[in-house]
Amino acid sequence: MRINLSRKKIRDSFVDKVQELSGQNLLACYQCGKCSAGCPAVDEMDILPNQIIRFAQLGLKEELLASKAIWICASCLTCNARCPKGINIAEVIEALRQILLRNRKDHLKVEKLSDKEKEEIPPIALICSMRKFTS
Amino acid sequence: MKICYYPGCTLKNHAKNFEDSTICSLNSIGVEVEELSRWNCCGTVFSLTTDDLIHHIAPIRNLIRVKEANYNKVMTVCAMCFNTLKRANERIKSDPESMDILNNFMDREEVQYEGDVQVFHLLEFLKDEIGFENLAKKVVKPLKKLKIASYYGCLLVRPKEIGFDDMENPTILDDLMEILGADSVDFPFKTECCGAYQTVDKPEIIADRTNRILTSAKDRGAQMVVVSCPLCAFNLDQRQKQTVEKYPEFKHIPVLYFTQALAIALGCPEETLRFDLNFIDPKPILKEKGLI
Ligand code: SF4
Ligand code: SF4
Repeated sequence: MRINLSRKKIRDSFVDKVQELSGQNLLACYQCGKCSAGCPAVDEMDILPNQIIRFAQLGLKEELLASKAIWICASCLTCNARCPKGINIAEVIEALRQILLRNRKDHLKVEKLSDKEKEEIPPIALICSMRKFTS
Repeated sequence: MKICYYPGCTLKNHAKNFEDSTICSLNSIGVEVEELSRWNCCGTVFSLTTDDLIHHIAPIRNLIRVKEANYNKVMTVCAMCFNTLKRANERIKSDPESMDILNNFMDREEVQYEGDVQVFHLLEFLKDEIGFENLAKKVVKPLKKLKIASYYGCLLVRPKEIGFDDMENPTILDDLMEILGADSVDFPFKTECCGAYQTVDKPEIIADRTNRILTSAKDRGAQMVVVSCPLCAFNLDQRQKQTVEKYPEFKHIPVLYFTQALAIALGCPEETLRFDLNFIDPKPILKEKGLI
């Protein structure tokens, strides 16, 4: 992947937005990688949790908002529990999803679920998925 | 003793085995359970974004219902309801400005919420209020020679301020299973996420997790796994169907709610165990051990 850095991106309001929505100080991260080491979902992620934090520090908005990883994270909070700097990585990922969802870019297509799936899957899963993946 | 109970949506349908076994267990140790006469879905997840107050309304309204029923404490058994109700409560309690905003928003409610309800989980109640040593005395059918792995998942233990046990190495469920006479099996995936709501649109991910988690428990000798969350139960039990399709060498293992194991040990009748709702039938192993 080719990544272009620029002062403009780093100073973009996107970085402030992520910090504000997540309530986290992105610059506290020193890239130890512990969040990614313990994340059960890394196998399926294109950008790993520690990279998400780095990308967010650098204002790499396009890469982050197009990533698959933000929809693979299940907010299990393992990363938060293990970060030696007390950063809530799951909150940062939630902020990224919210930036898209607040622009009506739903990830879950409820209408695509079959009647059988809707009957078989318990309400706890359906509601949860809608809360996380729709606006 | 009488306690106020918030069931949550899934305990009324897919997880009726969780509810019935909970109520029978509590009744059999002399605890009366009063379900809130009116309640709503808690929302299942706590909103992680700082400005998202609207989603705290659902859990907080339930706490208002608790006050209306003249209680100051409410018990849940579902790990997700527990986490969402308790976390929203703590969030609002620590932030008076948000509490005012929510109370103003809910201006048709007759009772104001002041952060004055405590949310607790059945496991905490059994350990701290009843006491495991007293519970041990009520066991009529010890789960002898049954090897049980306890799966905690995420929301009973994380985040630290909400969970009631060690985040990395919780033991409360294992301790309970030992009290009931079972051999508890320790395994390294007891707090590893099952994939949660990814089950709706990415069931193939769940097959990977279920394979990893349950195979590890089986390799350590477990004959069944107990859980405290209807979403974990769905992923680890029902999704064994997809797991075996993806991993033909995967071997099935029954997954029960911890309250089903509790109800067996306390001598609850079989109709309260509702094994018809468990996907992998636990009856053969229970019969083999002389428990049903
Ligand atoms: S664990 Fe914390 S400090 Fe380490 S890379 Fe992850 S976010 Fe950064
Ligand atoms: S919360 Fe998301 S990023 Fe963090 S460990 Fe869990 S799945 Fe991975």
